Formats: sequence, structure tokens, C-alpha cells
Amino acid sequence: MGRYIFRRLLNLIPVLLGISLIDFGVMSFVSGDPAEIMLSASGIQPTVEAVTAVRHALGLDEPLYLQYCHWLWNVLHLNLGISFRSSLPVAAELMQRLPATLELTLCALCITLLIGVPLGILAALHRDTLIDHACSMLSLAGASMPAFWLALLLIYYLSVRLRLFPSMGMGGIGHLLLPAFTLGFGLSSAYIRLLRASILETMQKQFIVAAQAKGMTARAIMLRHVLKNAMLPVVTLLGMNFGHLLGGSAIVETVFSWPGIGKFMVDAIYSKDYPVIQGYVLMVAVFFVLANLLVDLFYALLDPRIKLR
Amino acid sequence: MGGSNNGSNNIPGAVFAQNMWQNFLRDKQAMAGLLIVLLFLAVGLLAPLIAPHDPLQIDLANKLLPPSLSYPLGTDHLGRCELSRLIYATRVSLSNSILVLALILLISIPVGSVSGYAGGAIDNILMRITDILLAFPSLVLSLAIAGLIGPSLAHLLIALAAVLWAGYARIIRGMVLQIKEKEFITAARASGASHFNVVTRHIMLHAMTPIIALAALEVGGIILAISGLCFLGLGAQPPTPEWGVMLNDSRPYIQSDPNLMLYPGLAIFLVVGSFNLVGEGLRKAINPQSGGRMADR
Repeated sequence: MGRYIFRRLLNLIPVLLGISLIDFGVMSFVSGDPAEIMLSASGIQPTVEAVTAVRHALGLDEPLYLQYCHWLWNVLHLNLGISFRSSLPVAAELMQRLPATLELTLCALCITLLIGVPLGILAALHRDTLIDHACSMLSLAGASMPAFWLALLLIYYLSVRLRLFPSMGMGGIGHLLLPAFTLGFGLSSAYIRLLRASILETMQKQFIVAAQAKGMTARAIMLRHVLKNAMLPVVTLLGMNFGHLLGGSAIVETVFSWPGIGKFMVDAIYSKDYPVIQGYVLMVAVFFVLANLLVDLFYALLDPRIKLR
Repeated sequence: MGGSNNGSNNIPGAVFAQNMWQNFLRDKQAMAGLLIVLLFLAVGLLAPLIAPHDPLQIDLANKLLPPSLSYPLGTDHLGRCELSRLIYATRVSLSNSILVLALILLISIPVGSVSGYAGGAIDNILMRITDILLAFPSLVLSLAIAGLIGPSLAHLLIALAAVLWAGYARIIRGMVLQIKEKEFITAARASGASHFNVVTRHIMLHAMTPIIALAALEVGGIILAISGLCFLGLGAQPPTPEWGVMLNDSRPYIQSDPNLMLYPGLAIFLVVGSFNLVGEGLRKAINPQSGGRMADR
């Protein structure tokens, strides 16, 4: 196991370098001179001298490869630059908002599993019956529902009409439920399908026939053999979705005014706060890669054959 | 989660394609989806003929009207005909998602086929690039690029294509790798066809059906991404009729006129749902063994 972890960590280096290159590269998409934008963002008249001074201070007058090296050096020291808007370090600003997003993301994943796992099992057990069709319809609806529309529907029916939940901001569990459900419902559709297919596939395996032959009850086979094996792909999907949730939360956080990094990023786009955009992308990408690594390690723990590949 | 169509491994391409279309045409859900998709396409194409009003005509005297004979779905906060805007938005959403898809295929088909056919160092370099792009959650990167270039529909399309091509290139590479090993490719090479000819005439011809199915499966996701980013104000700019923009416009009126947010969302939901039904049908038709599991979104 130790060697496997070491190899996976070693593989991480080129990927992280690549991520940093792309994150540095996307800044070339900026329309206009960042120095000028920074000056106007902080309310200073962008005169020629002021722009030259800022360009020098930001290192924008250096050759591109030197700019990248300096930027990477700073990033490695967790220095993501200074926000144009607040003049505070981007890393600190992001860290301050991260807990809110993590809270939302984890709650959304719980809701996803609470919907997806029971329905996936139900659909597989009642294959090709009305229950199965209903589950597949629900999963189709989840996959086709725009999150921002579901958010507005929930706000209208549950907050405005029935006054059950607050429609925006952060506070108790009531504030958390609507945005978490919005994020979680859409994702659950993939779990219903995946678990259903995975259970049906596992049930055809030889070891299930063997278990049946030795007289195990259907219930015991299901719990002890089928589910344990069928959950493996679900674990992979969970890791992938964690990263996607961090990204997808931008829209939902904006609709519900949830004070997380997603809303922070969207606000930064409106105010052309480029260091924040760059820092956010880097942070989410690193989280995404780490989440996938954790899932792979967990997977290797569950299924020892993986390590050998 | 590679698109491995094991079922088709030993079947010559032509037979496999014919079976596939037969399977697809027998799938009732997919046919229902196709019908709705065609209906929306017709609405988009015929927008100027069927829209009762000009979708951009502002008439503040008639703002937020309830449904009437003249305005079947009422008017929005600027007095524009809601139905006409929905109809024209169909055009915007469908044409732009097809454009994104075309851009994606324009990048991913050459990259995927060169990578799969050439192998070696070229393959290695191209695939490392896709690895890195796939290391980002796709929505995050397109959101950032669209935000950095500045909000406009054209920029949004570029941002989406610049990020989404990587996944396709990998799948297409996988298809090319499979087809490359078949005997008719060796035969084509032996009879003097150039590498370029083999890739464009023989390999692509056989990869086309699965690529079309792959594309159909993704249209729904692309429509969702476009309307989502437009909802955030990063795509189509007002007064362009676009479903995401219309939903965003309706937010201040959610208490007084909830209908304004009902229709555009319902339109997105219906279109995406039908595209998903069609895509799912195509996927089942290509690979009947797979019990209908949706690819990672």
C-alpha cells in the first residue's frame, strides 16, 4: 500500500504543474491591461506613469516565463496575490469562505446519497416494474433539471408561498436545506442509474450463484455480497462529484446568496477581480485532484487488485 | 469510464450500424424524446412565422400583463411578449449548443484520431494535455475563461468548447485505437492508401455513428451549461431572448409574477430531458448490455 500511495503522489506532480500552467495561461484571456483594471478597480486614475508603476510592481514588464516562475513560487508559498477589490490576500479571502462551501457541498452529497442509494437499490430489486420505471423517470428529471430553475421553484413554493424556509443567506439548518437539496437532487440521478446497473451486474457474478447454492437467504446475499461490491463504482463517482459540486455551487450559491467561494468567484467576475478568479480556479482544481486521489486510495483499500495495475 | 463498445468488437461496422438504428427506432422513450426535440427545432426554425410579437419590442404601458388573447403567456417586466421571447430563445439555445458541439468536434476529432492512429510521442503529449484539462471541474474552468474574456455569448461558446473538447478527444482516441486494429484497415494500407486517407476515409467512417451518439448524449448537458452561465450574466446579454437570461430577469418578480420564471425553466427542462432520452436511446442501441447508466456529467 505504501508504494502505491507513493507512486500516486509522484504522479500528482506533473498534473499539478499542468494545472498551474493552465491557470496561469487563462490570464492571457483577459481583455485589457490588468494593471489598468487594477487601478480603476481601486479608484485610481490610470495615468501612463501609474500604469507603468503598477506593471512594474506586478512584474508584468518581465518576460512571460519569469512571470510564471515568480507566480508559481508565490503559489507554492500559498500566496495567491492581492484582491483588486478588497486589497486583502486572495488566499485568506478564499479560506474565510471555504467552510461555508464545504458545509453546503457535504450536505448536498448526503442528500444525493439519501435519494440515490435507496432508489438505486429499489430500482434494481424491482427491475422492469413500475417502481423501476418511476425511478428512471425521476433520475431523468434530475439530470435534465437546470439547478437555477429548481432553486427558483423551491424558493417560490417553499419560501414565498409556504414560508417554510428562508430563501437566502446562511444561518441554521433551514438556510442550508434548500441550496443543498438543489445541488443534491440533480446529482442523485447519476447514482440511481449507476447503482441500479452496478447491482444488476454484480447479481450475475459467479460468487452470487455460489452463495445461492449454499443456501444463503436473498436478504443476506444482498447485504453481504451484492451491495458491498456494487458500491465500488459509487465511491468513484462520489470523489468525482465532490469536485464538480465545488464548481457547480457557483450558480446555487449565487441564487441563495450563500457566502461561499462560488458566490465570491461570481462576484469577482462581475468586478473583474482577476487574482480572485485565478486563485479560485487553482484552489478548486487542487481540491478536485486531491478528492480523486483519496477516492483512488480508498478504492485500493477496498479492492486489493487495483494496486497491482 | 471509457466508451468501450465491447458488443461491436467482432461485428463489421456496417451491420453494427444497421442494428443500432433498428434498435433505436424501436425505443419508444427515445422516439418520444426525438419527437419533442424535432418540435423544438421546428419552433426555433419557424420563430419569425409563429411568434405573435417582436421579442424585443418594449412596451412599458403593458408590462407584467396576465395571459390574454393578444399575449398568450402575458408580458414581462418591460412589456415584451413572453411567448415570443420563449420562441426566439429556442432558436438561440439550440443553435448555440449545436455550435458548441461543432467546435468541440472540430478540435476533438483531429486530436483524438491523430493521437490514436499515430501513437508514440505525439499520442503521449496530446493525452497529457487532455489529462490536465480533465483535472479541472469543467464548469469551473469555463466559468473562469468566460469571465476573464468578458461576458458575451460568443465568448461563452469559446470557453465551453476550449474546456469540453478534452473528454471527447479521449473517447474518440479510444474508438480509433479499436478500429485501427481491424483487418480492413490493414487491407486499406496494403492496397496503397495513405495514412491520411486511412484516417479520413476508413477510420472516421466507422467512428462516425458512435461519435454522433456521443454528441447527442451531450447536447442536453451543453444546453444546461449555456443557460446556466447565461443565467449568471456571462453569456447572452439583454435584450437577447435566452432562457437563462429570462430566468434571471424574472427573479425580482418571483413574488408578484411567478409565471415569468416558470416558462423559461420548463422550456429548458423539456428540451434537455428530450435530448437526454434520445441520447440514452442511442447509447442503449449501440451497447445493449449496459443497463442504461448515464456517463459522468
